[in-house]
Amino acid sequence: MNAAAAISGVHGESLVNYKLIKAHLFAGALCLVVSMVAGYLYSLQFLGFFPLQGSWTHSPGHFRLLHTNMAAYGWLVNGFTAMLYYVVPRLTGKKVLSDGLGALIFWAWQLIVVLAIVGYMTDKAQAIEWGETPTGFRPGTFEMNYVPVDALVVVGAVLVIVQFMTPLFKAREQRFYVTLWYVTAGLVWLALTYLMGNIMPEWMLPGAAGAAVTGLFIHDLVGLYVTPMGWGMMYFFVPLILRKPIWSHSLSVIGFWALAFFYPLGGVHHFLISPIPDYVEFGAITTTIAIEVVVTTVVVNFFMTLRGKWSALRSSMAIRWFYVGAVFYFITCLQCAFQVTWMFQKVIHFTDWVVGHAHLIMFGVFTFWLFGVIEWLWPRVCRRNWYSQSLRSWHFWMWSVGVLIMFFDLMIAGLVHGFMQRDLNDWSDILRMSEPFWWVRTFSGAMILIGLFCVLYNMYMTAKAGEVYEEEKHLVPVSAD
Amino acid sequence: MERFSTLVFVAGIGCFAVAFLLSMIFPWMSLYSYHGMDFQTIEKLAEKPSVEFVELSQKFPESFKQHYGEVTPASYAEALQLGRDVYVGQACWHCHSQYVRVVSNEHVRWGPPSSAQEYQNALNQPHLWGTRRVGPDLAREGGKKSNDWHIAHFMNPKSVVPHSVMPAYPFYFDEKGVPDKKGIALVTYLQWLGTVQAGIPVAERITP
Repeated sequence: MNAAAAISGVHGESLVNYKLIKAHLFAGALCLVVSMVAGYLYSLQFLGFFPLQGSWTHSPGHFRLLHTNMAAYGWLVNGFTAMLYYVVPRLTGKKVLSDGLGALIFWAWQLIVVLAIVGYMTDKAQAIEWGETPTGFRPGTFEMNYVPVDALVVVGAVLVIVQFMTPLFKAREQRFYVTLWYVTAGLVWLALTYLMGNIMPEWMLPGAAGAAVTGLFIHDLVGLYVTPMGWGMMYFFVPLILRKPIWSHSLSVIGFWALAFFYPLGGVHHFLISPIPDYVEFGAITTTIAIEVVVTTVVVNFFMTLRGKWSALRSSMAIRWFYVGAVFYFITCLQCAFQVTWMFQKVIHFTDWVVGHAHLIMFGVFTFWLFGVIEWLWPRVCRRNWYSQSLRSWHFWMWSVGVLIMFFDLMIAGLVHGFMQRDLNDWSDILRMSEPFWWVRTFSGAMILIGLFCVLYNMYMTAKAGEVYEEEKHLVPVSAD
Repeated sequence: MERFSTLVFVAGIGCFAVAFLLSMIFPWMSLYSYHGMDFQTIEKLAEKPSVEFVELSQKFPESFKQHYGEVTPASYAEALQLGRDVYVGQACWHCHSQYVRVVSNEHVRWGPPSSAQEYQNALNQPHLWGTRRVGPDLAREGGKKSNDWHIAHFMNPKSVVPHSVMPAYPFYFDEKGVPDKKGIALVTYLQWLGTVQAGIPVAERITP
């Protein structure tokens, strides 16, 4: 199926289940609130103002787990699933397997999220970064101590795969539009990545060999689930909203196969200059730099598509989110190509630099793109116009400025920390030097939180009280938009 | 190239498998062939209870007796495993790394650089290397500080390190500083860290 068919709006309308999209988007946004509030509380610990001191259930470490895991499993997974419900039926021309299965997946996933939250709060987290979802077993043994959330996630992922692979499989004779390449491969990768990362280091591989796998897991979760879904989403929505085809089909082919080949090879770069063999580290470094080239092709493709339609940045809020996200994406990945070298690693590893990097990629890029989708999709899903135009603007500006401040602040904090650490300063002095940066971080976090409450309130009120939807209103520039 | 089966089998499974081979199987194979690494079970690690564990039993006899009974390899193993569970559950490893690199003067600050062999044991499955150092690295922590220091620090970190940003963990101790089961376990685990490193026998690393 070609791009022109993909963007003809009327075609897929009857194939799409809007109720599920609405449910997943709203659940995702709620999880994002949990994640952000948790992150904010955690940042207060660094300033000495953590409000829930003195209980083993809500100690600051648990909020750190909530912050990262809710962003991944709560927000991104829900958001991308909503996106798949819109995109897959339209591009394949087939319905997803079943609406009943859709409801089951929705509730199963929210149950997983709640069980994970309870698990983190009661010390049941697994010692795998970004895969802290409780195994339900005591480490290294088969004694059960909690609900096996990991196993539930696998079941949930399999259901998601069955749900969306069905239309893809039915359409197997067609030539797929680029979005579907990412979706198809991304769904396979999700299952493999999760299984590998949660089982091998826990049960089979201790120590350094296990570290190579957990590094690969952190990396693959971003690179083989979040990134393909994010790019696929952009390749669908950008041409759809701009009403013109993507600039270069060949570039998107290169982008896809280079992602598939290079991205998973970079996993070990999370543990450089470590007991993992050096040749593995060099391989990871080289491929990580190669990824930067891939990213450049993708970003160039998006910006060339926008050429001649720059006014869309003013007229369409979604395009604005997409393209600011794309700029951030380029910044993050450029940063990545440098920070992965040993020269940078000596200084910046273990510091706030990496934290800043992670915040920009998760909240500045993929969250921006999902917000773009929400901007565009929410009025269509609810059949109502956005409740408040000014809240939309507040949301956008609070996030753009907040995320940027946080990124640069943490980057500088990381350099300060890294050089002080190298120069053998007293650890307390390092903390004292970091403190002003942590204040700025908490401030920018507040901006992000305010923006988030704006969009959540706006989504809620739109669904409840927005005026009846008119397509026209969303195509013509409005003053506050 | 753009059909379902190519995407599933070549991109989905094929590329993943190549990466898996290069970043997991290869390092695993070379780690084993070069280092001849033996895996140490928790029983093996706990063969000789540490001096600190003995000291905890003498200093807090009632609490120790109630939760662990006597100082035996079995009770030491139990304390180590529980200590690690608490360390993981409370997400300590997100602010304390556990490996010393060969760069940035880390050997001067923390001690000998990490080797692969020292992570081949039950208490490093999964490893707890961490990716952030808000607080100090703990790979060489065992024996550096006294039990009393650790207990005071857990109850109120600022009392011993004025600029610390570490949360307090008073709930593992009573008001007099007597540790409960998890408190003893946590201190025992911290005092164990770094002690399996080759060439440093447990008995010699302590200055009386």
